[in-house]
Amino acid sequence: MRQPQFGAPRGPQGPVGLQSASREQRRVMLRLLRFVMRHYRWSLLVVCLCILLSSVTSLVSSLFTRTLIDDYIAPLLASTAAGAGADYAPLALGLLRLGAVLLLGTACGYLYNRLMIRVSQGTMLRLRKHIFQRMQHLPVAYFDRHSHGELMSVYTNDVDSLRQMISSAMSQVLSSLITIVATFTSMIVLSVPLTLVSILIAALMVYVTGRLGRWSRSYFRTSQESVARVNGFIEEMLSGQRVVKVFCHEEQAIADFETINERLRHAACQASRITSVVMPINGNLGNLGYVLIAVVGAVLALGDFPLLPFQSAVSLGTIVAFLQLNKSFTQPISHVSQEINSVLNATVGAERVFRLADAEPEADEGEQTLENPQGDVDFRHVDFSYVEGKQVLYDIHINTEPGQKIAFVGGTGAGKTTIINLINRFYDIQRGEILYDGIPIVQIDKGSLRRSMAIVLQETHLFTGTVLDNIRYGRLDATDEECVEAARLVGAHEFIRRLASGYNTVLQGDGGNLSQGERQLLAIARAAVANPPVLILDEATSSVDTRTEQMVQRGMDSIMKGRTTFIIAHRLSTVRGADQIIVLDHGHIAEQGTHAQLLALRGQYYQLYTHNGID
Amino acid sequence: MLRTLYNQIGRYRGAALATPLLTTAEVVVDVLIPYVTAQLIDRGLTGGDLQAVWRYGAGMLLLALLSLMLGVAAGWSSAYASTGFAANLRSAMYRRIQQFSFANIDRFSTSGLVTRMTTDVQSLQQAFQQIMRISVRAPLRLVLSVVMCMVIDPRLSLIFLVAMVLLGTALWCIISRVRRLFQQVFTRYDDLNRSVQENVRAIRVVKAFVREDYENDKFARAAEALARLYMRAESLMALNHPVMNLVMYGCIIALSWWGAHFVVDGTLTTGRLASLFTYVMSILQALMMLSMIFVMLTQSAASAARVCAILEEKPDITNPSTPVCDVPDGRLELRGVRFDYPSPETKTASQHTSKRSALYDVSFAVSSGETIGIIGGTGSGKSTLVSLICRLYDPREGVVMVGGRDVREYDLHALRTSVAVVLQQSTLFSGTVLENLRWGRPDATPEECRHACRLAQADDFVNEMPQGYDTYIEQGGANLSGGQRQRLCIARALLKQPRILLLDDSTSACDTATDARIQQAFREQLPGMTKLIIAQRISSVRHCDRILVMDNGVVTGFDTHERLLQSNALYQEIFALQHADEGDFDEAASQKGGVS
Repeated sequence: MRQPQFGAPRGPQGPVGLQSASREQRRVMLRLLRFVMRHYRWSLLVVCLCILLSSVTSLVSSLFTRTLIDDYIAPLLASTAAGAGADYAPLALGLLRLGAVLLLGTACGYLYNRLMIRVSQGTMLRLRKHIFQRMQHLPVAYFDRHSHGELMSVYTNDVDSLRQMISSAMSQVLSSLITIVATFTSMIVLSVPLTLVSILIAALMVYVTGRLGRWSRSYFRTSQESVARVNGFIEEMLSGQRVVKVFCHEEQAIADFETINERLRHAACQASRITSVVMPINGNLGNLGYVLIAVVGAVLALGDFPLLPFQSAVSLGTIVAFLQLNKSFTQPISHVSQEINSVLNATVGAERVFRLADAEPEADEGEQTLENPQGDVDFRHVDFSYVEGKQVLYDIHINTEPGQKIAFVGGTGAGKTTIINLINRFYDIQRGEILYDGIPIVQIDKGSLRRSMAIVLQETHLFTGTVLDNIRYGRLDATDEECVEAARLVGAHEFIRRLASGYNTVLQGDGGNLSQGERQLLAIARAAVANPPVLILDEATSSVDTRTEQMVQRGMDSIMKGRTTFIIAHRLSTVRGADQIIVLDHGHIAEQGTHAQLLALRGQYYQLYTHNGID
Repeated sequence: MLRTLYNQIGRYRGAALATPLLTTAEVVVDVLIPYVTAQLIDRGLTGGDLQAVWRYGAGMLLLALLSLMLGVAAGWSSAYASTGFAANLRSAMYRRIQQFSFANIDRFSTSGLVTRMTTDVQSLQQAFQQIMRISVRAPLRLVLSVVMCMVIDPRLSLIFLVAMVLLGTALWCIISRVRRLFQQVFTRYDDLNRSVQENVRAIRVVKAFVREDYENDKFARAAEALARLYMRAESLMALNHPVMNLVMYGCIIALSWWGAHFVVDGTLTTGRLASLFTYVMSILQALMMLSMIFVMLTQSAASAARVCAILEEKPDITNPSTPVCDVPDGRLELRGVRFDYPSPETKTASQHTSKRSALYDVSFAVSSGETIGIIGGTGSGKSTLVSLICRLYDPREGVVMVGGRDVREYDLHALRTSVAVVLQQSTLFSGTVLENLRWGRPDATPEECRHACRLAQADDFVNEMPQGYDTYIEQGGANLSGGQRQRLCIARALLKQPRILLLDDSTSACDTATDARIQQAFREQLPGMTKLIIAQRISSVRHCDRILVMDNGVVTGFDTHERLLQSNALYQEIFALQHADEGDFDEAASQKGGVS
């Protein structure tokens, strides 16, 4: 049940190469690296080995020209010149050997590519699953605050930005490092002063790249945020596209979109501009280094500086050889610093992924489970506010007996909906207590608490899947018969049977082609199949037509029997038949009692009941 | 498809053209630099001439500076062109979607549209940028190198010819398969997006039923399907590399073998053989770049196809060529109207369309200013009727007439302004109350907005909100109750000052008293407006001039409340059900209120 944990951030010190990264980025990088290492340690080891092997083989192939001429062709020429005739056997053997080495190199290259694909895709999969699991435990308020499009963007754009980084950057950096170390050693051996010049140029490259990187990063962040905003906008507007059409709001919608689209273009252009100049700058810094070494070398070799102790060590041959080495030294350095840059830019995406993963989950410290819930729910002097300082409910005190029907009555904004959102802890109360079977609900395991009640919300949400799947959502182990039975109970059976494939009809896009009433019937059937001791009904019957409503009512009545029911309803029979009617007024309980008691009070309820006329 | 995409480059065409030109210049300069380098070594260092070292060094630095400038310019223009291209694509898609009819929208899912406008466009942008820069560099180098090989030794360049053919076939085989896979990868992305979208939207349901684990499994399936397919596509693509390497290594070995023979024969010098090897390496590099382009192209071909599917989708409902822009009055007539919902594009989806027709042979007429109630069971076709009147769909048979003309003759904008509809699903957008209301009429004054709210009985609760009309409404109106949302939606529609107002069960979440007040306000203050009110409760329609009774897509009655009570069996049944001691709490209240 425990989710995989990401390594906790450790100290602020990171590898030297990442000096240009901010502390935050280093933290994110290390965390990602540790995550990859944890799951793919052996794969990565094999990858390292393969990269080493394939680097060596590519070195062999680049050296082969000289070997061919010096070791094979020269003897051949010598022997033919001597009139001994050409013996091609050693050449054939040499080529065979070369072929074998190259084959090995190619195989290694392919192997590590395949492995890296597995690592990168696997990591993305794990990350997606991880953040999704975490997201399931976030409080409802989190979803109120974040746009759906933004959340969706994390799963696609942000996670995708890691793919490139893991699959190519890691192996590139590794193979470059191998080359750098090899050439550096040869350079030191050849000439120390020239090596210093080389290092100077390399340092300059790293510095410039880092500088550009840091500069571009802020643009990358803006750009990634613009992407999320565009995403959010598109998601919201396209979901409401029908309203856009009906209101001929197309022009305005386009104008609004153009604004944020232009902002995204601008940010993306800035970011991409900086990245695209890194390559030419580094390449030409390499050229600068070339000239510098040539000049310095020439001066050292040709000039007369008696004070310099090492000048005699530099020969012309050394300079020519050094120039070659310098090239294979600076090239991978510019590669690596570029890769690191793109990696750092990917951290912007990783940061957003981790931010979602790290969001505070809803409090679930309750340990008691409800073994045999009776459905006895009591409110003890409950105060509640969504936002601090704006209290919505004041001193709500309700005692119920199991099986009672509690009806909430009151105008809009009185707090009816809020109250029922508290019972299953969509929101946590600030003061007072809510008890279930005498146990404060904060002490009850959240899953256990919520399984002990079913809820039918104002807004109906269905899922992609068959009608049967949607009903079974209420209780996963319900048999087909039980689902059909539940549908029959609430009167949904009739219309379901008339659908193209009956219970196996696939619903898409939140039950798109069903009418509001049909969708609501399915939501009620879903609650019916859950079969808990407590029911919460929020204007559940509002858009079902009268004949259907009649059936629903009958079904409802039968499932309400023996269950504690909290209901927000306008139906006279429901209100009149309730064991308790709670009249709410601006977050306060104004009156409380049975229909007869409240009528006798001649108070607000009486007013509502008798005088709520057209005037 | 390419044509469609090409058109989207638009005003960035200049930059898109400049990039390859600048890159070409950069390549030329880059080719010159090694030449100067050789001079520097041969004349300066080997010759021991310090002057020459300085001279060639300066020349090289000059070239480096030139190359730097060209490179930076190419980079900048490519960034400008590619991000501009992406912005144009998004904009064009968005504009196209705005032209879509409901039937078009039904064909694409929201999550699918979102992926196309983000992930797909992103991949096209990257591909475009790479192609602009590399597509010049790589072929140029390839061609130059191959030409040089031909010049040095035509016999040995035969080897290259064979190699090219081999390589071409192999790559083509791989790529054509990868392409298909990538197409599927993007459909999986839609699934992933949908999975997240559904979950986030229905999070309360998920939590209420403690279905977190179930949802995790569902999401894991979508994510795993994506990962598996993506991995297959990438693995197949990874074959590019070894195939190319093998061919090129084959070339090296063949070159070594024949080359050695030719050298021994005396028909080739060692120096020339050595330079041939240099060119082989250069060809290898160019091919690598080309294969990168291929990879990009295959990846983005799938994206391109999906983007073009939107750009090339023909809107079903378009303006007539000579549209009528004025709806003279609120008359309404339907003649023999028949309608079926179009079946969505996907195979699985086609199963869920109901087998019944939505409307059969519906005919009726309403004169200007009448208030008509529409009542009927779930799925009887009431909402469909409304959709046809404001031309959200076109009927399969028959005519819908507004103001004495076929709706198809009107300018869409004019028609939908004159025929206001309040949809069943009360959708509001993130923004202030005032901004939402002004959807009805962008230039409405605050006073006009307030007036509309008063008619819709929304003024009171809006005033009670913390910032009144400037209160921010969260996405989907999350901080309002269902009844409040509905009333704002009605006010929004009223601001259009329409000739015909269609209310599709728009007061279902309001209590009956509010409902009655809304209707009273309509009667007294908007007498000239034709009103069609779909409702579940007889109390909501009993005061209407006439009531249309619908059952399974057929009109069974169209008369006053009293006469329907006598003649229409269905109406009698509904009335009996609603008044057999079962009525609404608030309704009973209002009846008694009338008595007392």
